[in-house]
Amino acid sequence: MKNILVLLFLTGSTTFLMSQNETKTLFKLPEVTIQSIDGKSFNTKNIENEGKPVILTFWATWCKPCLREHDAISEYYAEWAEETGVKVYAISIDDARSSRRVMPTVNGKGWEFEVLLDPNGEFKRLMNVNIPPHVFVLNEKREVVWQHIGYLDGDEMKYIEVVEKVLAGENIN
Amino acid sequence: MKKTAIVLSFLFALIIPSFIFSQGIPDNAKVTGNVQIDAQYYTEDTKLGITDSTLNYRKFGMNSFANLLYTAGNFTAGMRMEAFLNPMLGFDQRYEGVGIPYWFAGYKTGTFQLTAGHFYEQFGSGLILRSWENWMLGYDNSIYGLNAKFSPVSGITLKGLVGVQRYFWQPYEEGNRGIVKGFDGEFDLNQIFPALTDASTRISLGGSFVSKYEKVPTLSYVIDSAYLIDSINWNQQSTYEMNLPYNVGSWAARANLSNGGFNFYAEYAEKANDPNATNNYIFRKGSALYSSLSYSTKGLGIFLSTKWIDNMSYKSKLTESGNPPMLDINYLPAISKEHTYSLASLYPYATQPNGEFGFQGQIDYKLPKETLIGGKYGTLLTVNYSLAKSIEKDTLPDSPITGSLAGTQGYETSFLSVGDLTYYRDLSVLADRKINNKWKLLLGYYNQRYNKNVIEDNIYNEDHIVKTNIAVLDLTYKITRKNSLRMELQGLWSKEDKGDWGALLVEYNVSPKWFFSLQDEYNYGNPAQEMQIHYFNMAFGYTQNTTRFSVRYGRQREGLVCIGGVCRYVPASTGLTLTITSSF
Repeated sequence: MKNILVLLFLTGSTTFLMSQNETKTLFKLPEVTIQSIDGKSFNTKNIENEGKPVILTFWATWCKPCLREHDAISEYYAEWAEETGVKVYAISIDDARSSRRVMPTVNGKGWEFEVLLDPNGEFKRLMNVNIPPHVFVLNEKREVVWQHIGYLDGDEMKYIEVVEKVLAGENIN
Repeated sequence: MKKTAIVLSFLFALIIPSFIFSQGIPDNAKVTGNVQIDAQYYTEDTKLGITDSTLNYRKFGMNSFANLLYTAGNFTAGMRMEAFLNPMLGFDQRYEGVGIPYWFAGYKTGTFQLTAGHFYEQFGSGLILRSWENWMLGYDNSIYGLNAKFSPVSGITLKGLVGVQRYFWQPYEEGNRGIVKGFDGEFDLNQIFPALTDASTRISLGGSFVSKYEKVPTLSYVIDSAYLIDSINWNQQSTYEMNLPYNVGSWAARANLSNGGFNFYAEYAEKANDPNATNNYIFRKGSALYSSLSYSTKGLGIFLSTKWIDNMSYKSKLTESGNPPMLDINYLPAISKEHTYSLASLYPYATQPNGEFGFQGQIDYKLPKETLIGGKYGTLLTVNYSLAKSIEKDTLPDSPITGSLAGTQGYETSFLSVGDLTYYRDLSVLADRKINNKWKLLLGYYNQRYNKNVIEDNIYNEDHIVKTNIAVLDLTYKITRKNSLRMELQGLWSKEDKGDWGALLVEYNVSPKWFFSLQDEYNYGNPAQEMQIHYFNMAFGYTQNTTRFSVRYGRQREGLVCIGGVCRYVPASTGLTLTITSSF
């Protein structure tokens, strides 16, 4: 067991050190098969927006700040899409208990963004999400350039600010 | 031997990165991860009866983990370190320790993917196999072994796995738990058959098979018999050794249909006879059906689902039972709604694996904006009804006269039968409305019946039903674009158990970094006067993009933390809680 730890740490740290100066992006979007909102297989390589930025949010029907976040995004979504071309993907981590209730909930609320299901947390683990809500902003090349955890009323303004900086090619931090 | 292994791992560690770099894909090689530290310092509290000795002198508890994930092209490797020093209150003491319970390496080509090490997997909705983890719950039934996925043609996904499950920190040895094997196939008909590519009805079918092998222990059971010979009653007790199955198989079939706004899903599962500690060692087969139907269009969502399960506890060790649930092979979700307000989830439902009928219906409807009742921005109405009942269980004609049913078929039931006992019932109505640019309002009402004897103590009667009425008022006031104030006012009224509760929460947020909150839950109607306690808490938090730091001080009430129908009991405590979570 200890040997494996040593192996992983050394492998990781060597690569980590070597890749420090290469790019400002955090990481490339991992590819994994999850589900579309109606329960069909969906590969995350199909998360795309024709060369425009993407906002990716991890959420669940039982997560109160997530619902507030999505209501807020929904309010500005049409405006954002028109101004920046941004597309929002909301990844539900509801498990078998509530994943089938996601589609009627989303439609009932009138959210117009893309919704995907990750009922056993495979995508969530690859994205290192601990607790929802957790937001990622992807650049034109589908690389993660910014992430944020938790939601406080008004945070959505920060998301669109980041998207605007990505489009302008500015440094985010 | 150990030295050789260490040397080898050093060599590997040096070789692998250089190998990866020599392949010309350094751009793709990345290390990402996350860390979480939850720490609590407990103080004595005379009102709650907490002293240093009731705390076992463990005045400090800490649960933490760190994940590292390494990706380079098609290769992924990861590990999670965990430390429970000591486990926080409410977590099993057998978690105490530090180590790496989870690590894996995986490789994929276009159609094939292999994971070696620990993994999480789910077949269908999980009725016969689901391995998952939840940190808040202290739940982890990861499988240690091999997991392969193969997609020979577009629309067909085949999965196969073999391994052993996690049991706290105990390494696997023959006899201390079983081996789990499984296959699953998923067939998307619209992708497989070109004639169906553009059909408006989308159909996918799936099937799975799971088997558990266990070196079974020797267990015996007793049958009491009574005879009347020469006007004298003779009682005879015979002890038999149980003929326990080494292999227990299960299978499931599922279908998913959608057309426009309609979606239908059904899964049926059966399990071979599996005497175990949860079902009291009866030799019955198990079966389960889960189905859901939904219709939705913009502004309207309708959802109906039913569940029927009989004798479906399926663990990789037959003598394992109790809390926390460990070595579960399958997943039987509770069919009730998970509520987001604290008093509405004071009495949460937990699945009864030995038999249960469940129903849930929900309607989400958005009253249109610019109307009299919808208001300027529209109002969202959500009505949910959930019900869990027993299934019919008839005594067997040849049941033993006294004693337990161990060693027999247990009982008789007919498929989809509904029994007389109510386990749980919940009706909720929520109205959510934006009043203007400054104010948002949510009103909620809940009516619940909670069968405490069944859910908490496995006593199957209706002698202790907790009936509650709950009301919630949630108000948000946006002071400026980045500053907001939120208030939650809740009331719970009940004549049973702990009686009435009131709760108030005030939260001040400065987006995107700061929050401050004050909260009080007051059990003013507790029949025991000395337990009419204020559970007062204050907290603040700071978020810097992906690092969140929060501190809370106060009193925590005892309660159940439930996720997906699995619950963890948390005792009352007073003290300081620190949480640090970060992703990179």
